Amino acid sequence: MFDAEAVFTQVRSAWLGPGPNSDIVVSSRIRLARNLVDLPFPSAAGKDALAEVLSRVRRASEHLPEARRYQFLELGRLSPLDRQVLIEKHLISPEHAREPEGRGVVLRDDETVSIMVNEEDHIRLQVLLPGLDLNAAWQLANRLDDSLEQQLDFAFDEKLGFLTACPTNLGSGLRASIMLHLPALVLLNQAGQVFTTLSQLGVVVRGLYGEGTQALGNFFQISNQLTLSQSEEDLISNLLALVGQVLEQERAARSRLYQEFGNRLVDMVWRAYGTLTSARILSGNEAMKLLSDVRLGVTLNLLPHVDLGTLNRLLVLTRPGFIQRVAGQQLPPAERDVRRAAIVREELLGKNK
Amino acid sequence: MLCENCKKRPATVYVRRSINGVTTEAHLCEECARERGELNFLTGPSFTFPDLSLGSLFSSLLDHLPVAPGGSLLTGTTLRCPECGLTYGDFRERGRLGCARCYTTFREQLEPLIRRLQGGLRHAGKVPRRSGGALRVKHDLETLRRRLKEAVSREAFEEAARLRDEIRALEQKLKGGEGGV
Repeated sequence: MFDAEAVFTQVRSAWLGPGPNSDIVVSSRIRLARNLVDLPFPSAAGKDALAEVLSRVRRASEHLPEARRYQFLELGRLSPLDRQVLIEKHLISPEHAREPEGRGVVLRDDETVSIMVNEEDHIRLQVLLPGLDLNAAWQLANRLDDSLEQQLDFAFDEKLGFLTACPTNLGSGLRASIMLHLPALVLLNQAGQVFTTLSQLGVVVRGLYGEGTQALGNFFQISNQLTLSQSEEDLISNLLALVGQVLEQERAARSRLYQEFGNRLVDMVWRAYGTLTSARILSGNEAMKLLSDVRLGVTLNLLPHVDLGTLNRLLVLTRPGFIQRVAGQQLPPAERDVRRAAIVREELLGKNK
Repeated sequence: MLCENCKKRPATVYVRRSINGVTTEAHLCEECARERGELNFLTGPSFTFPDLSLGSLFSSLLDHLPVAPGGSLLTGTTLRCPECGLTYGDFRERGRLGCARCYTTFREQLEPLIRRLQGGLRHAGKVPRRSGGALRVKHDLETLRRRLKEAVSREAFEEAARLRDEIRALEQKLKGGEGGV
């Protein structure tokens, strides 16, 4: 039975679980942009056209493999808090929620698949898997795209490929992103240089919640810049080759940190753990920073009793929207900070006693 | 107790920091605390994000697009997409197209931009079965021809004959469907 409420009040997203290289890689995402051939793109569409897109995609989604696992949500009918939770879980984008009327999302029960309707393009199909697993994410996205395409006529041009509202997505319409935790590169002040090099190699680096967002908690998203003139498989394998080098550099930086600053590192990690398990007031930014330190400690075996999965869950549990949604009401920041501290203590201590 | 900083709002945040053995305390309101960065607690080397985003590259390319489409004699008239009504000027301003037809309407203006942005103008990825039409058939034909060659070299003649029939059928379909897609 599908629990429609669970997505807003529980953190069971499959992508927060264990996966390949999860000491550094939180998740892998494939996003495909598609548009219907005979309707204006969302930014140029009126109310009726948006509603038509919603209803066509909704009908098409009823033919997806394992269709019973999906639910369709109209963003205009959700509360602002519900929408914020979906953003915090990376199931919709901040841009998608900006003008909720006429927007929708199709979600799979394990939160691995989300199909944003009327974001910048009519369809943004997203597959999100734990750890470094881009190829599996692409295979699933490809199958779901095939299924949608049996029901819908996509705008396509022989030369330009899939037509998108912005020319930066043309061709494959594919954006592959890896969410990485790079605390050691940041602590050693090497991150900026690594990112500059990456940008010269056709890779985009962004913060936790996409374009223009900050690098909260040393989490970064790395994705392909070009979308045309290469096959999906080539785009993915190019990105994977570069990500492989970033992983190597982060691992080297971690062991250098440990060797050169051993005591200070151990102290930083345990202080962070001490604060997280004792504090009665925690701001969102402080929680992210401390969770980053603890995460680094866990991967270096300095805090062997803490589980990475718990830390991943806390990435969502400590976000302001989720705290308020679970509380069932809007809360002023000061009150959120108190609740956040309680949630963190419960997750870290309650489970490891 | 009032906030020590603005002395107007009630103090709700207590800040105590210990830096190199010197402890300082402050009672602040939330607003002032936020302003002073006390709610961030971010320590260690600060990290600034270099602006390497795709958006900035794209907008700098947009800025260099010619103001009027095609010849400059056309100033005053604006090229307009017959399907959605978007003008070339709208695109230059917003960076978003209005519909699939826009790509035909503004093809001449868009191609140099896309070439700069994407490093080429040849789709090499997936082709949809329905809207891909003739191109999809061509792709399928290529695959079948390659398999036929392999089958012949393996002397798997039964398979080769079957592949040859499939190829013929597809070739017929391509002839019949040409222009209609």
